[in-house]
Amino acid sequence: MKVTIDGFPIEVEAGTSILNAARLIGGDIVPPAMCYYSKLEGSGGKCRTCLVQVTKGSEKDPRPMPKLVASCRTTVMDGMEVKNITSPEVIEARKGVVEMLLINHPLDCPVCDQAGECHLQDLGYEHGAAKTRYEFDRRTFEKIDIGDKIQLHMTRCILCYRCVFVADQITDHRIHGILNRGDHSEISTYIQKAVDNDFSGNVIDVCPVGALTDKTFRFKNRVWFTKPVEAHRECENPKCCGKVTLWYKGEDVIRVTARKDEYGEAEEFICNTCRFDKKKTNDWVIEGPRKISHKSVINSNHYDTLHPLPVVKTNPVLMEANKEQFERETRL
Amino acid sequence: MARKLLLEHINVPGINTFDVYRSKGGYAAVEKALKTLTPDEVVEEVKKSGLRGRGGAGFPTGMKWSFLAKPEGVERYLVCNADESEPGTFKDRYLMTYIPHLLIEGMIVASFALGAKTSYIYVRGEMMPQIRILEKAIAEAKAKGFLGKNILGTDYSLELYVQPGGGAYICGEETALLESLEGKRGNPRIKPPFPAIAGLYGCPTVVNNVESIAAVVPIINEGGDEYAKLGIGRSTGTKLISAGGNLKKPGVYEIDLGLPVEEFLYSDEYCGGIANGKRLKAVVAGGSSVPILPANLFMKTINNEPRLMSYESLADGGFVSGTMMGSGGFIAYDEDQCIVRNTWNFARFYHHESCGQCSPCREGTGWMEKVLHRLEYGHGKMSDMDLLVDVSKKIEGNTICPLGDAAAWPVASAIRHFRDEFEWHVTHPHEATTRNFGIAHYADPLPKLEATAS
Repeated sequence: MKVTIDGFPIEVEAGTSILNAARLIGGDIVPPAMCYYSKLEGSGGKCRTCLVQVTKGSEKDPRPMPKLVASCRTTVMDGMEVKNITSPEVIEARKGVVEMLLINHPLDCPVCDQAGECHLQDLGYEHGAAKTRYEFDRRTFEKIDIGDKIQLHMTRCILCYRCVFVADQITDHRIHGILNRGDHSEISTYIQKAVDNDFSGNVIDVCPVGALTDKTFRFKNRVWFTKPVEAHRECENPKCCGKVTLWYKGEDVIRVTARKDEYGEAEEFICNTCRFDKKKTNDWVIEGPRKISHKSVINSNHYDTLHPLPVVKTNPVLMEANKEQFERETRL
Repeated sequence: MARKLLLEHINVPGINTFDVYRSKGGYAAVEKALKTLTPDEVVEEVKKSGLRGRGGAGFPTGMKWSFLAKPEGVERYLVCNADESEPGTFKDRYLMTYIPHLLIEGMIVASFALGAKTSYIYVRGEMMPQIRILEKAIAEAKAKGFLGKNILGTDYSLELYVQPGGGAYICGEETALLESLEGKRGNPRIKPPFPAIAGLYGCPTVVNNVESIAAVVPIINEGGDEYAKLGIGRSTGTKLISAGGNLKKPGVYEIDLGLPVEEFLYSDEYCGGIANGKRLKAVVAGGSSVPILPANLFMKTINNEPRLMSYESLADGGFVSGTMMGSGGFIAYDEDQCIVRNTWNFARFYHHESCGQCSPCREGTGWMEKVLHRLEYGHGKMSDMDLLVDVSKKIEGNTICPLGDAAAWPVASAIRHFRDEFEWHVTHPHEATTRNFGIAHYADPLPKLEATAS
């Protein structure tokens, strides 16, 4: 099936989502995804950051789709034409979604362990406005320990439901889910029960923000001061692949996570023994340093000034929409 | 006096019992459909009737039925959506309370047409009396052989169940309703797939409003062509309107679609005009989620034609100067009502009822509510109106289900048509908390029907 995204054509298999087709092309045209997780069945469609415009439905039915669609849950049709960053509507809608995601987020990045590898931080930096228009109290929750290794900081949660899907699909029995509705809905375990499961630690990896954090790593270090190294071990657990990233500070392994690809998704899930208990170098067979994009804050130690994409400089509508950013650029 | 199809025998004592309902010609449609028609012929009759979904969206019911996938060896389901919780709408509750057998008769015919062997009526959780009425009615029908195995000696069997809902507005959205019916959290599903392909338990499912299903009964009794003669244009048949607000005679009325709104509002047969001799300020024509209109725009379209109670005429002018038929929750506001307060009230409802699944609706509805609360209590700013319009635009169309749109439209339309009243709340904060803005120019020239022919 042939699909064209922002003018780039690509051949994909039937049943591929627009987002995955865009990921095959790669580069700037990949829509951001906060809730979609390719390894988790049924995820996606909730955060609405990946909205795109379908200007031509298919070869057979060339009508455009009336609304913006969530690219992670819309499958491609033959001859479909999609606009992502070339559509001012999409950019505007995405800005709106980012603003909505941030209005109830505490923005406590300076004390948050996720800072530096937080998807919301990247997204806010890229698409959000510098100032908020929201002038009311933000919703807050008490911190909850779910088990002795994981802490839930619900205030930071953006309700992507990824951890619910992990609990549903990776672990044996699901004991945590969503309570309440609307903006007071929260992730919780049944009557604050501890999550006790071999694979429960994966909820930390899938969390796009700092809502679920590793208690063995909390407040130990900033991610950009640590050195990621790829390693593996023969894990006794048959479901665990044993392939991890070790995060070194000096000589010590201070954190173990699953290996994440360029979209922040774990390549394979790991068990809690690998994640929480094996924190000595001699537990592991070192493979080599983990490649981190030069754009990442982990690599460069600071956030780079965002250069507008080339298409923004040529399209007058987008130029108008990004006026503030141009001004900021010239000021710096 | 227009002919009633649904509420013809509503005033007969004991119509809620099987025997009285049967003696008034009830269950004739079941006999006719099961004994003389094939399922496809029933669908064809409904298609011919031009019946449009009465739940709000107005999608042709016959079309919806014909889209139902019919794979071999897979169950098909019919689900009746009785989760009526839109502020201003109470027609389905009325129907279920007083004439429950009409719904059950419609369910049998519709299930037969779709080939469903099990059907559900999903009733809003707060309507416990109606649930008991329906269960009693189902038991009566079953005892008389109209439900269960081999109905009326034919080889068609049907089981009908009533399911109380959890009491959430969002469960009236068809996919959320199916999730809730399956025993899960009532979150709307991401479409596609549509319920006609994969609905309840992954099987093809049709979800219809109570009134749509009840309307199948007169369609089968009289034929689709006869039914299509009522009404106007593509709005065929009759519609239940639940009129409320500052009216002399609020209540549920059955109207022929195409009735002039002026007649509906002011004639003694229907609402009887505005209560206490006051003047009309604004109207919400189809339940809280449709755009609110000031009196002058509601009475006459922008082309100065009189507006009619029909899907097309109410929508005339799009969102700039029109509204929608919606679910028929007609709310009239007189000159003493405060539009800002009303808008805040609606926004509060949608904030409370948002399911929290997708971000624009979850965060945006709360934001709008807080800004409107501030405006209502005199702490607003001039920039708030633009902020509200902008936020409502960011929600509209970007959400999984139509609740986002439903939350955005009343706010956007109130600011579009009543901006001076919002501004007055900012400029006169002390007065705004003690008195109302009044009617301004919204009702000029004041439309009033002269002596109604009764």
